[in-house]
Amino acid sequence: MNEKEIEILEILEDNARIPLDVLADMVDLSEEEVEKTITSLEEQNIILNYSSVINWDKAAGKDGVVAMIDVKVTPKREVGFDDVAERIYRFPEVKTVYLMSGAYDLSVQIEGKTMKEVAFFVSNKLSTLDSVLSTTTHFLLKKYKHDGVIFEPEQKDKRIVVSP
Amino acid sequence: MSQVQSDYVSKNASKLKPSGIRKFFDLASQMENVISLGVGEPDFVTPWNVCEAGYASLENGYTAYTPNAGLLELREGISSYLNEQFSLSYDAKSEIICTVGASQAIDLAFRSILDTGDEVIIVEPGFVAYSPAVTLAGGTPVPLETVEEDEFKLTSEKLKSAITDKTKAVLICFPSNPTGATMTEEELEDVAQVIKDHDLLVLSDEIYAELTYDQTHYSIARIPGMRERTILISGFSKAFAMTGWRLGYVTGPEEILSVMLTIHQYTMMCAPTIAQHGALEALRNGREDLERMKRSYRQRRNFIVKSFNRMGLSCRMPGGAFYAFPSIQSTGMSSDEFAEKLLHEERVAVVPGHVFGEGGEGYVRCSYATSLESLQEAVKRIERFVNKNTE
Ligand SMILES: Cc1ncc(COP(=O)(O)O)c(C=O)c1O
Repeated sequence: MNEKEIEILEILEDNARIPLDVLADMVDLSEEEVEKTITSLEEQNIILNYSSVINWDKAAGKDGVVAMIDVKVTPKREVGFDDVAERIYRFPEVKTVYLMSGAYDLSVQIEGKTMKEVAFFVSNKLSTLDSVLSTTTHFLLKKYKHDGVIFEPEQKDKRIVVSP
Repeated sequence: MSQVQSDYVSKNASKLKPSGIRKFFDLASQMENVISLGVGEPDFVTPWNVCEAGYASLENGYTAYTPNAGLLELREGISSYLNEQFSLSYDAKSEIICTVGASQAIDLAFRSILDTGDEVIIVEPGFVAYSPAVTLAGGTPVPLETVEEDEFKLTSEKLKSAITDKTKAVLICFPSNPTGATMTEEELEDVAQVIKDHDLLVLSDEIYAELTYDQTHYSIARIPGMRERTILISGFSKAFAMTGWRLGYVTGPEEILSVMLTIHQYTMMCAPTIAQHGALEALRNGREDLERMKRSYRQRRNFIVKSFNRMGLSCRMPGGAFYAFPSIQSTGMSSDEFAEKLLHEERVAVVPGHVFGEGGEGYVRCSYATSLESLQEAVKRIERFVNKNTE
């Protein structure tokens, strides 16, 4: 991975909608070079997706609940945790799955329409998996910051408009 | 003011002209929807760990004066920082004073070295505070204009041409506000030779040293024979995004620094205590944030400079600071006209080059320490303006 590639990734991670010509200027490459680099990063699955960070609390008309579930599992010979992780992340309501160090093994985040729906998922789908030993479910109450983005940012530029 | 009252005003102080920046500040601050490229400070707020160190210092009761020269721990920090980053060596106990911004360091330096009639060569276009500080200290500022053909660098020939029997010191600032110019080791060596030959002092304002993008910053104090005749001025405002904390420092040979310390002791006591605690944290754990901000400035620099050139405003790629200094000569307007008209017609604030010295006429200073989104919009507006105003 060269320096320019990392620079492009950092810029895109911060703003995936940046116009190509602006991005090209910023990293001092031609538009074609940047386009080629991005395509190649996509092909290598280094760039996986261009998503938006949305504050759903403000978007009226779509309610839902999010829960973080600490899952203890028994790893299987040969495949370790990967196998059980896959069985969990295949469910579409599961948004993230991380393998963790510490008191539990997998951190699973799921989204549902209601608490009941989430509870149903945990008791009927997650807990019933062979390797799952136990689960602890935490419901998310409010998002302050997600992926480096503050949800109620202070927009105001506090600097005086012209200074030496 | 009545005649009687104005009779009381010091003749020396009344020599000072109000800064041309003031006029644009007044104009721009009355308007709505202005995108300002006129701001001479970072758009980042101070990194959080530094703010926390400031809070912690209050919580822990550090609300009293510090030693006159600043907390010894901070001076030791500055000493090792200067050593690690710029290969400079200054003794924390006797060769470093913490000041209220680089601004106070500039004032102190001139007051410590000047007698009535002494001339100081000020390299321009340059920061607006130098000449007034020389005047207030009783000296005579001698502006020396650098030109775009020399990439706004100081050359030894130019310097020689400005030296008289009365010349005591030369003020340089690279990377430069407003031109963004930087100087290499070799270029500085040429200039340093003239300074040594004429037995002058140099005040080197290196407040933008960290914001040098295409090479590593080289301080004139590193050149053999220069350390003893260099007063180095810097601070936390720009690189660490701490303008409002008001913390700078000055380093130099002990004989001069001890005079500065005496003046500082009587006129300031010490730099703000909270700010010193913040600065200590910035030195200890601020490198990553500094590099992040620097990368961001460099990217925005590339964008805005290329944009200016595409729209027909010729603009060198500045090596440092966060200013682009495009030529507006192709529009046929003076820099004042350009800036005023641009503000009225398109609501973009820039600073006319002449406020930084006569040599700045024909240019405007555009700070790119503003969000990329604002820069993109500013570029659109300026392009529309330039298209409309060039035949
Ligand atoms: C070249 C230069 N020197 C000194 C200063 C003053 O900085 P401080 O905030 O440390 O007083 C500035 C601020 O704009 C500057 O541009």
